Amino acid sequence: MSKQNSMIEWIDKRFPLTSNWKAHLSEYYAPKNFNFWYYFGSLALLVLVNQLITGIFLTMNYKPDASMAFASVEYIMRDVDYGWLIRYMHSTGASMFFVVVYLHMFRGMMYGSYRKPRELLWLVGMAIFFVLMSLAFTGYILPWGQMSYWGAQVIVSMFGAIPVVGETLQQWLLGDFTLSDAALNRFFAYHVVTLPVILVTLVFVHVLALHEVGSNNPDGVEIKANKNPKTNIPVDGIPFHPYYTVKDIVGVVVFLIVFCGIIFFAPEMGGYFLEYNNFIPANTLQTPDHIAPVWYFTPYYSMLRAVTVNFLWVDAKLWGVILMAGSVVIFCFLPWLDRSPVKSIRYKGPYFKIALTLFVISFFVLGWLGTKSPTPLYTLLAQIFTVIYFAFFILMPWYSKIDKTKPEPKRVKE
Amino acid sequence: MIPFSVFAAESGVMLDKAPIDTTDNASLQRGAESFVSYCLTCHGASYMRYNRHRDIGFSNEQILNKLVYTGQKVGDLMQSAMRKKEGEEWFGVVPPDLSVIARSRGADWLYSYLRAFYRDDSTVTGWNNLVFDRAAMPHVLYQLQGEQRLTIKSGDKGEQKSLLLDKTGNMTVAEYDKFVGDLVNYLVYLGEPHANNRKSIGLMVIAFLIGMLILSYALKREYWKDIH
Repeated sequence: MSKQNSMIEWIDKRFPLTSNWKAHLSEYYAPKNFNFWYYFGSLALLVLVNQLITGIFLTMNYKPDASMAFASVEYIMRDVDYGWLIRYMHSTGASMFFVVVYLHMFRGMMYGSYRKPRELLWLVGMAIFFVLMSLAFTGYILPWGQMSYWGAQVIVSMFGAIPVVGETLQQWLLGDFTLSDAALNRFFAYHVVTLPVILVTLVFVHVLALHEVGSNNPDGVEIKANKNPKTNIPVDGIPFHPYYTVKDIVGVVVFLIVFCGIIFFAPEMGGYFLEYNNFIPANTLQTPDHIAPVWYFTPYYSMLRAVTVNFLWVDAKLWGVILMAGSVVIFCFLPWLDRSPVKSIRYKGPYFKIALTLFVISFFVLGWLGTKSPTPLYTLLAQIFTVIYFAFFILMPWYSKIDKTKPEPKRVKE
Repeated sequence: MIPFSVFAAESGVMLDKAPIDTTDNASLQRGAESFVSYCLTCHGASYMRYNRHRDIGFSNEQILNKLVYTGQKVGDLMQSAMRKKEGEEWFGVVPPDLSVIARSRGADWLYSYLRAFYRDDSTVTGWNNLVFDRAAMPHVLYQLQGEQRLTIKSGDKGEQKSLLLDKTGNMTVAEYDKFVGDLVNYLVYLGEPHANNRKSIGLMVIAFLIGMLILSYALKREYWKDIH
């Protein structure tokens, strides 16, 4: 026996190394027909690692103090060796996290990855998304620029809109009557300790849940239903390692070209990744003319602003908050809203395809509207597209059931 | 008539394109010297250290001779000579720190703003600005540019505002434009001193990644031969 093997044997007697390596990599069988849309899970993991590592280095020089935070970010940008690189990797990583997660979620919607038996996998994924949004929010406050401050002011005031307990809850969250140094300090604690720990745990659970049920694929076929009787291996499955590890490396390199292209040549991304107004230090006495959240929150921001009338004894602001929260939470119900006999869009009928297209359009339009100052026309558009956005979900049990589907194949297509 | 026309339509003002080239060290050096003599009295650039200017070709000695007026050390931050409280008393607002002003306002805005002051007796300072109405800052550079007057013509496209040079200054219009151009170029550099370095490293990173892409794709094909 070689030295290496005896070492592994020594470990295996004390820790399940080889069995886990096999269960999750070399003998985890993934469908062989993954396409472009299947890169974004591993890319999300890559961005997570990027955020964790660059985040640690940023904490070494950042000061969570209302009078020093802005200057400490500029100190990182100028005086810390390669601080600008670390900071841009982190700020670009934040936006790219949402890019890959949105594409990852869209993949799930196209191919019915949330359907039985993957409902829990989907729900854990949604929990990850909520934590990610909280991380983005608490992180965006830290530079303590005008948009950090006033954007946070908008979000915090949403808690104040909750009846009865709202104001108490808001004060409890802020640790003060207004957004101030106390809030900056605690949001820093959430951003660098609490939320990352929860996020990493949930990602671990997400992967564990995935490997229990197995990956879905563009055909929506359960590869575990068709196993080779001798080997007990799915006939349409291939070991994750080495096949998908080498394939994902290609995806990682392509992603890095885009990622580094932004970091090195357009870190502000035209004001979408780093807003111009956030280069003005927070001024608690001067509200900016136009408050816009970062691009990944703009669709929800549009819906928050879309309600302009009081309705059913509930005032407009609270309706806005309800709609905004609802627009995200409603994704959790997808596994039970979809009544189609098939999983994948490849075999679904025209109703689903039209509905999904309209949903994507409304997501983009709402996102675009969220970056603009409201005008009567824009508000009307936001209202129309909010209705379309919600109709996609609410009408799904009906249109997915009566839709004309094609029969699902027994085997995946090449 | 000065060679730029700013018209205040409902959509706002048209801005002139600033001549920005942050690789032009001579322009940056001229801009830096103008900055410390005209701006740093009231505005700080307090996130920037004097000795960072070695990046644009100054030696430590030149920095001390040409940029440091207040007896500070070469490694110190570029603080304003004026106290915040005085600023608030004199102008109503504390003059903003200019370290990252080019990143929030943009170069074109600054370039247009610094050339768009005009005489206006209705304001406290006696000056107004076409780009930034009722700016708290008086026209610090009027001795160089001279004094402009606002003229309003009503045409078929609504009101058209333009500026007329009433009294000439120490500089010709072209000289003044170049002066402001250098100053704004410096402000862009000041906003992100590592920007040029960032771009040159970026080229190497992308070149490396393209090489990686070729290799990783070849590796993937080799492994996947037996699947397809």
